[in-house]
Amino acid sequence: MARYIAGRIGAMILLLFLVCLFTYVIFFVLSPDPAVQICGKNCTPDRINQIRENLGLDQPFLTQFWTFLSGIFVGRTYGDGSIVCSAPCLGYSFQSSEPVWDMITARLPVSATVAVGAAVLWLLSGISAGLISALKQRTWWDRSAMVVALGGISIPNYVVALLLQYVLVVKLKLLPFPQPVKFTDSPGLWFENYLMPWLVLSFAYSSVYARLTRANVIDTMAENYVRTARAKGLANALVIRRHALRPALTPLATIFAMDFAGLLGGALITETVFGLNGVGKMAADSITKNDQPVIMAVTLLAAFLVIVGNIVVDLLYGLLDPRVRTASA
Amino acid sequence: MGIPAGLETQIDSVAPGGSEEPTATAGGHRQNALRRALRSDAAVLVSAGYIVLVLLVAVFAPLLTKISGWGPLEFDQSAIDPNLGSMPKGWGGGISGNHWLGVEPGNGRDIFARIVYGARVSMTIAIAATALTTLIAVICGLLAGFYGGKIDQVISRVMDFLMAFPALIFMIAVLSALPAENRQYLLVLVIAVFGWPYLARIVRSQTISLTRREFVEAARASGASGPRIVFTEILPNLRSTLIVMTTLAVPGYIGTEAGLSFLGVGVVPPTPSWGQMIASSTHWYAVDPAYFIIPSACLFLLVLSFTVLGDRLRVIVDSGEVR
Repeated sequence: MARYIAGRIGAMILLLFLVCLFTYVIFFVLSPDPAVQICGKNCTPDRINQIRENLGLDQPFLTQFWTFLSGIFVGRTYGDGSIVCSAPCLGYSFQSSEPVWDMITARLPVSATVAVGAAVLWLLSGISAGLISALKQRTWWDRSAMVVALGGISIPNYVVALLLQYVLVVKLKLLPFPQPVKFTDSPGLWFENYLMPWLVLSFAYSSVYARLTRANVIDTMAENYVRTARAKGLANALVIRRHALRPALTPLATIFAMDFAGLLGGALITETVFGLNGVGKMAADSITKNDQPVIMAVTLLAAFLVIVGNIVVDLLYGLLDPRVRTASA
Repeated sequence: MGIPAGLETQIDSVAPGGSEEPTATAGGHRQNALRRALRSDAAVLVSAGYIVLVLLVAVFAPLLTKISGWGPLEFDQSAIDPNLGSMPKGWGGGISGNHWLGVEPGNGRDIFARIVYGARVSMTIAIAATALTTLIAVICGLLAGFYGGKIDQVISRVMDFLMAFPALIFMIAVLSALPAENRQYLLVLVIAVFGWPYLARIVRSQTISLTRREFVEAARASGASGPRIVFTEILPNLRSTLIVMTTLAVPGYIGTEAGLSFLGVGVVPPTPSWGQMIASSTHWYAVDPAYFIIPSACLFLLVLSFTVLGDRLRVIVDSGEVR
């Protein structure tokens, strides 16, 4: 098992390196010259050259890439060595000249709050709706839940966001326009402000989870061992809890790990629509301003999360599914 | 957007099930049964009807705008009221005999014309992306599954690599870094590059299981060459899976295109696209809801129709009703 994990982590490091290289090539080779952008309108060739030198853009590509990569682990310097960017250095924003690392860490709590809240919401609502649907197949509940779920996977989340904002905020005035209130300042306000982003982000996911849960539970309820448990005279609730739920929900755990790891992409739209200042909105803003170091950093962060999610999935599978465990032992 | 991974897994469940038994000879009969099963289903009929309607609208866009009288890029200053912040005059965002679905607030462009041309852009991109994705996925999946060994290793690693990318963020990043000319082609390319592994994975696993079947062995024993086996024995048996998969992929790509356009890295204005229309309506939705509702409803119904159709197809193929 230890060897297996070591192998996986090795593969992950290689993958991250490749993602890094690929992203770097796209941003720093293919896109328009950052020096010209920074320089702005009143620009002289001398000034452009100076900026190039300061940013290290006059170096050969591999040197630049190496400086960037080592900057993440040991820090780097700019220009003649007077500007020091310490350990996790992802460069400086072209727009605000802030260190990108600080920008990300400052905004991460907002994104994390949106993501975790949405995840809790979609797990609770998706799994319970799917479970009830499966156990009460072909009732009005099942049909209406599945129709809602079908709508949920078909409607773009920015449309949901604007509809909810129109109904709940503009018309009914039930909720405020979302602001990133800190939980420690006021738990009540915090909940009110984040509720709508949570609803929006979780809607599509809970629809998918409801459909998956329903299908999986129906499948396991038809298994022989469930019939055996029934034949033994076990109460229905006990059959469901002890025998049907575990195999039905195990695949969901791994899917959840992947979905949660990839949530930065979904949060990007939600945060942008509501103007919540998280990592996603920062990425969207830097796209319009062509702020390459920031986009690059967010891409790497997202790739890192997805790759870590992949490993967690593999490990989870071993833990949750006894069949896999015995096979690898 | 931000397609939940669960969706992919649902698609996975198309597994061999339906395409187990039939051989190429049963194909014609199977197609008829499929058509019969679909025709008796109201939800399928309505969804297919809407898809056909959108397709027709997309194809005949120039004709339709000629009838309605306004092109997608024409400004009608008389339809908006400069004293009211350039809001459309009249009810429902300016709906009238002159402008069938009203006009855009601010500049008075005809919404009907933009919806019609937007359908053209969205459908072209989604269909082209689906075609390209399917092509790459089938070639790579077949190669990896049929030949195995080194080829399989290489293709599988490339797929792992691409699936490790956070697709949405990366698409945004790539599109924003590359020049904005020819955005439509870039969109198709980027969607296909990040989309094919999900389909290829399934093609590969099905090919592996099909390669071990008796009829492939029989073909091999009778001296058929590798490519011949692939094209006459394996590919026809992948057909139902591919139909289901592509039907379920189209709405994903429509949504992706709309989402990217919504974020401002998709179709470049003034070319209309539904996602872009929704994006520009966000500044006005509180005062002119019609401008927001019309493109949103069109987009929602299109994605829903494809999803319903794909769902039903999968149920039919899985249950083996077609056989």
